Amino acid sequence: MTIALPRPESRRLTLRRPRPGIAAALIVLALVGTAVAWPALFAGDPLAADPLHVLQAPSAAHWFGTDQLGRDVFGRVVHGARHSLSIGVAATVIAVGAGILLGLLAGLTHRYADEALSRGFDALAAFPLVLLALLFIAIAGTGTTSLIVAIGIATLPHYARVVRAQTLVVRQAPYVTHAVAFGASRTRLVLRHVLPNVLGPIPVLAMIGLGEAVLIAAGLSFLGLGPQPPSPEWGAMLSEGRGYLHIAWWASVLPGAAVTATVISLTVIGRHLQGRFEGRHQ
Amino acid sequence: MIKAVARRVAAGVVVLWAAATAAYLALLAAPGDIVDAIIGDGADTPQIRAQIIAEWNLDRPAIVQYLDYLLRAARGDLGRSYLLQRPVGEVIGEQILPTVQLALAAAVIGVVLALVLAVTTRHRWVRRVSSTAELMLVSTPPFLSGIVLLSVFSFRLGWFPVAGDQGWAALALPAVTLGLPIAGVLSQVLRDGLDRALDEPFAVTARSRGLTERAVLIRHALRHALIPAVTLLGWLTGVLIGGAVIIEQVFGRPGLGQVTLQAVGNGDMPVVLAVVVLAAAAFVVINTLADLAYLLIDPRLRRS
Amino acid sequence: MIEVQNLRVTFRLGQKSVEAVRGVSFDIREGECVALVGESGSGKSVTARSLVGLAGPQAHVEADTFTVDGRDVSRFAARDWRRLRGRYAGLILQDALVSLDPMRTVGAEITEVLRTHDIGDRRDRPRRVHDLLDAVHVPEPERRARQYPHQLSGGLRQRALIASALAGGPKLLIADEPTTALDATVQAQILTLLAERRATGETLLLISHDLAVVSKLADRVLVMKDGRIVESGDTRTILAGAGHPYTRQLIAAATGRRRENTAEPGEIVAEATALRKVYGDRTVVKDFGLTVRRGEIVGLVGESGSGKSTVAQLLFGLTDPTSGHVRFEGSEFSGIPERARRPIRRRLQLIAQDPLSAFDPRWTVRRIVGEALPKGADPEPILDRVGLGPEYLDRYPRQLSGGQRQRVAIARAIAPRPSLIICDEPVSALDVSVQAQVLDLLARIREDDGTALLFISHDLGVIRDIADRVLVMHDGRVVEQGPVRAVFDHAGHEYTRALLDAVPTLEVTS
Repeated sequence: MTIALPRPESRRLTLRRPRPGIAAALIVLALVGTAVAWPALFAGDPLAADPLHVLQAPSAAHWFGTDQLGRDVFGRVVHGARHSLSIGVAATVIAVGAGILLGLLAGLTHRYADEALSRGFDALAAFPLVLLALLFIAIAGTGTTSLIVAIGIATLPHYARVVRAQTLVVRQAPYVTHAVAFGASRTRLVLRHVLPNVLGPIPVLAMIGLGEAVLIAAGLSFLGLGPQPPSPEWGAMLSEGRGYLHIAWWASVLPGAAVTATVISLTVIGRHLQGRFEGRHQ
Repeated sequence: MIKAVARRVAAGVVVLWAAATAAYLALLAAPGDIVDAIIGDGADTPQIRAQIIAEWNLDRPAIVQYLDYLLRAARGDLGRSYLLQRPVGEVIGEQILPTVQLALAAAVIGVVLALVLAVTTRHRWVRRVSSTAELMLVSTPPFLSGIVLLSVFSFRLGWFPVAGDQGWAALALPAVTLGLPIAGVLSQVLRDGLDRALDEPFAVTARSRGLTERAVLIRHALRHALIPAVTLLGWLTGVLIGGAVIIEQVFGRPGLGQVTLQAVGNGDMPVVLAVVVLAAAAFVVINTLADLAYLLIDPRLRRS
Repeated sequence: MIEVQNLRVTFRLGQKSVEAVRGVSFDIREGECVALVGESGSGKSVTARSLVGLAGPQAHVEADTFTVDGRDVSRFAARDWRRLRGRYAGLILQDALVSLDPMRTVGAEITEVLRTHDIGDRRDRPRRVHDLLDAVHVPEPERRARQYPHQLSGGLRQRALIASALAGGPKLLIADEPTTALDATVQAQILTLLAERRATGETLLLISHDLAVVSKLADRVLVMKDGRIVESGDTRTILAGAGHPYTRQLIAAATGRRRENTAEPGEIVAEATALRKVYGDRTVVKDFGLTVRRGEIVGLVGESGSGKSTVAQLLFGLTDPTSGHVRFEGSEFSGIPERARRPIRRRLQLIAQDPLSAFDPRWTVRRIVGEALPKGADPEPILDRVGLGPEYLDRYPRQLSGGQRQRVAIARAIAPRPSLIICDEPVSALDVSVQAQVLDLLARIREDDGTALLFISHDLGVIRDIADRVLVMHDGRVVEQGPVRAVFDHAGHEYTRALLDAVPTLEVTS
């Protein structure tokens, strides 16, 4: 979850998250990144079935064991990184982009436009994320694109609200008043002061939000609404392996663990950056 | 005070109206004919088409269609599923109880666990461990934790049934699964609020009266920490409802989630729309109650 | 009552440790009033809080001798401290709005002390609360006890806070900047109340940054700087012939120093006639008139809510008056579109109380000052004029001290060579010694450039030190105006006299 939590200075110094956590998170993200960019480096064909070796426990040959079709679970997890993350990244890009645009629009324009847009954000935020995505999928059909747009729309209000609130704060900030003293025009104020100060914290928020998007994407794929089998998507793999849980836990638990590790790493790094960012601006 | 209450309730009604409108617009935006969208994978006969046109006023001007839709929604008429050949209200009514049970049980587990974690883990090392655990809880997809719990407690130990809805025993694992991430988020927010409140001058004053640290925490800081937590009540509702969809699938429980998933799979739009609007309504009601709860908690807000 | 030898308090912040108090020794006897004076960061508050074991969770307190009420507190467990707090020693902090729990009624806060120390029985406590409120002169105690801090005025709140500190019947009252957040007239009343408590037998430890405030009350003064006591002695001796240069500096700052204008005022720079500003159903400014001439420093005095900040906004053209006119350099400045104001904007500058929020946090000093200069101009000479070297050019505002920030704000304001600078409480957030330096700087700028200054402040002392003329505002209206000397020596309006009487002044007898 993304909740901006500014802390008082004195606490931050004593409660800074332990360094080893950050190092571990960086390593995980580096591994995941490499898996996305170059999966063949780690593992071979994720679709190659081997009917003679189905549901085998983890071993030196198959680090994460094999699934019900004898496919290498590790290979599928590695290749699945691309599917799972690209959905999250694309959805976050949509949400952040549209969120910034609408948030600025609400924050910078007339009161009535702001009121209308804000009520719109409220209404959109009133729908539970998963249900909003389900509604979208019901209308547009299942598939990766649908999933991306659905999650993008569902997570958009969060960014739009942050941007709007921040815009209002910056607009009233004394340093903007001071820029008026130098005869700055409205456009100049917005470009030189408002935009940079509003957008500054967005990348960090987006990073934490990306974790959430990956989580929802995996959830919807688990429900069978994402990339269709035999695509190796983490949530979908978990769903497929679920039927064999009592004899082969690895086929479902390990892909799930990949989701958890990725999300935790994104959150840890995001929060760390957030803490540094706020410290810099106090 | 009455004015403040009225204003918040009015704001809730506006959001509710906007949410209903958004759902309606989504239906209009569906590709193809609106009648096709409503039929979904159901039987497509001229009689059914005529029935749909009559129910949705599709032969009347757009504004009448919209206003009539709002009027029906306001009256609690959720429309008719042409796929199931039944009123949507009936379909949902049959399945809502297990979902409400699950959501309430999860909420209780989440809130109680969060309070206990935030209040008891004040010591430096304990809180570090607890913070890490909370991060894990928040970042673990509920379907994974559900599966792990299932495999340990149902398959290995056999303490709980594997699937279905047979009383309280079957409710335990799903409720815990859904409650854990909530506990993770809430306890982080509460702990942060407590930290902040304990740094305030009034906490120093309270200590200077000879109060124990626990008394300062319970009598003063907790109330301040509750405010940001109450803000999350609306969000909590959304997570409970959305999470229930996934949890019901994992544990094979009947409920709204199953109904919704089937409807999405079959393109049964009236059911999907009804569930979504109902969820938004629940969110708005809870959020408005939370807004009113602020007024009870914080006397400074009662002025305006 | 208290004896401290070589007290050291260290704060551990992550890997670093900061020594806040570095070997302080003093004692407090029964019935005395001792004042601990110093500027921010001197360690005075930490010292005072250590006396009740509240230096903070990260603090490490050591001392050779440390006794309270004859008992060695270095062996105290948490439970012993709790028995002492509220019962033997009461603590009064600054600003009751945040020092009393804002979510509980005043009565509940006072009752808490009684309950904690088991004073009186349950049914008897409401009456005790009323008696306590009565003792600190809170009118209608029954009604006030049911109210929340935000529903009380600043003065009543502070009285309620004092009542809660008195509830346990402590022998020692520790008051940490008890009047700092208050208006001058209210400040005087609270000081009178503290004097009264002392007369009834309580021992007082006063902590303040303001020598003048404590000099009325204290028998002895301890002057702290950088965690050490640099001078101590009875109040009269200290004020008369202070030995330590730092104490002399504090006395000089507290007595003030008049900065006279030598030049004759020139042509009219800005003019306001019959200004009126209405917000909703409240008239905030009524019939305000003002002329400022070249080379003049005009003071505008008033307490919070007097309308002086609104006047600043009207003159600066941030908001338009409901009626009336502002003229600047001979042309209309109010009631015109912002576009028309822009060409002359640079001739009118602003210096605010809190310079940190007045700078874009992402900008360096170079860019901040550069914005005010013509394109490509070197910011170094301007920075030099305000007494900052070139090494500050690439710093961010948050890396500067309060005084340095205010200098940067001044550099930015004078860079476009304005004819008028509106200074809105420019020194209120600064330590007294820094205040004097900033006032010197502003006076010199007026001297050198002939820039007119409109100096807005709640602090009469500051106005007396720098302004040529003064306007006194009360309830949105100018109640008195004239040359500073005349107004300060022969105030005509009763409000001005009340303000002047309330100002704590140092009576140096030498």
